[in-house]
Amino acid sequence: MRRHGPFLTMALYLGLLLLAGCHGNQAALNSKGIQAARIERLWWLMFSIILGVYVIVLAWAGTAVFRARTHRSENEIPPQVDPIADQRMTRVVGVAIGATVVLIFVMLTSSVVTGHAIANLASKNPVTIDVIGHQWWWEVHYEATQADQTVITANEIHIPVGQPVVIKTASQDVIHSFWAPNLHGKRDLIPGYQNALWIEADEEGTFRGQCAEFCGHQHAHMGFFVVAESPEKFQAWLAHQVSTPPPPSDPIAKHGEEVFLSHPCVMCHTIRGSGAGAKLGPDLTHIASRMTIAAATLPNTRGNLAGWILDSQSIKPGNKMPPNPLKSDDLNALLTYLETLQ
Amino acid sequence: MSKRLLLAAAALLLAGCAREQRNFREATPSNATGEGVQMSEIAPGHTAERIPNANPYEDSAYSVSEGKRLYEMYNCVGCHAHGGGGIGPPLLDAKWIYGSEPQNVFDTIVEGRPNGMPSFRGKIPESQIWEIVAYVRSMSGQLPKDVSPGREDHMYSKRPEASTPKEHPPQTNVPEGQKQK
Repeated sequence: MRRHGPFLTMALYLGLLLLAGCHGNQAALNSKGIQAARIERLWWLMFSIILGVYVIVLAWAGTAVFRARTHRSENEIPPQVDPIADQRMTRVVGVAIGATVVLIFVMLTSSVVTGHAIANLASKNPVTIDVIGHQWWWEVHYEATQADQTVITANEIHIPVGQPVVIKTASQDVIHSFWAPNLHGKRDLIPGYQNALWIEADEEGTFRGQCAEFCGHQHAHMGFFVVAESPEKFQAWLAHQVSTPPPPSDPIAKHGEEVFLSHPCVMCHTIRGSGAGAKLGPDLTHIASRMTIAAATLPNTRGNLAGWILDSQSIKPGNKMPPNPLKSDDLNALLTYLETLQ
Repeated sequence: MSKRLLLAAAALLLAGCAREQRNFREATPSNATGEGVQMSEIAPGHTAERIPNANPYEDSAYSVSEGKRLYEMYNCVGCHAHGGGGIGPPLLDAKWIYGSEPQNVFDTIVEGRPNGMPSFRGKIPESQIWEIVAYVRSMSGQLPKDVSPGREDHMYSKRPEASTPKEHPPQTNVPEGQKQK
């Protein structure tokens, strides 16, 4: 027994380390919303039941092994059956079966109750966001009563703290799955079919999410951020996103706009106010206001943007953006222009 | 003996992999698109015979399906519909106003043509144009069946390219140097 001591300790520490992985950002055991909290509670309930069962079963098995070695009389042929011990075992097995049924019933019931409780948040006037999956990025629309007030952005979802938000999901190509574990469980994005899920954040913060349904080459690099902020900050952000950026005044930025409009960029991207209105790639109207590019793959810096424009295939092989070898002057101007799109 | 035969057959199967090979890093300078496109039959000095370019993407099923995707994305459907034509001429039949060779179709996309076909010079990377060319030719059955797309991603508007019978366009209106011998 002593020999196994260090291994057991190590296994325990390793187990604890694994648990630590559940606690950062993008973690289901670090709930920041009422639904995630319910899911987390369910997780801990199931975990403790399963842990208890596991320990009891192992202890039982261990006892059996230990006793088989000490009571050699039981190995006599023919085996001696002790009627009292036999009756006792029947009772024990009966209780174990009963307990199993009860525990399974407890887990089943709590699972159904949790599922029902998180299915929707009653609210008459929620913030409504359409999330459309693409290979391999997220298109985000904020619905408005007037069409020209609709905000279109990508890979970054701002929500007000303490207000129910309904997210309607759809897909352009294959099945994706929307998963921000700090706020809620997964919801599939299915082509030709609209799903919806409700989320509500309890506190401010930036929570990473990820596509949770294998969708091709760059599935692993299909991330997004949910930014939960105070309702005032959210409204200010929304109002800014609705606005059309002013035309570039700086001559370099002006040249950058020309580069954008005369190169393949214009075939796929929209920049409101510039004349570029294609909808194949992410809307770039306010690209400089975003934290990341390439679906939460790279921080949004000038250098990363340059690398992405020139040869995105070396960063996310297989993505739908072709390489764009630009002359250095043109690239520089284009970057300056994109940086004005706050 | 039969084992060796089996191994040889298995090795033969590997040859099929090229059909699905995907090259993501086709670096092509967008500002050089369409260099060397010849629109006129006459040229100063000695006219060298032009050897028609083979389309490097016509052997890859992946490239042809990419061409099919881009054909819709870049709004070729806007005028040519799904091959039946509308504002622009149909692409399913044997009538090719400016020639049916890959180079002819490439030139048409890069340069545009009178009466409505816009020039996509500089707007579409060269590799993608070649993919669209491959797809356009698959619409009238010019490509091998194992490379042509076998199904639609949406509602069927026509027979899949892989089961389209091959049309035999006559070599009309092809500049002298570009005619296939």
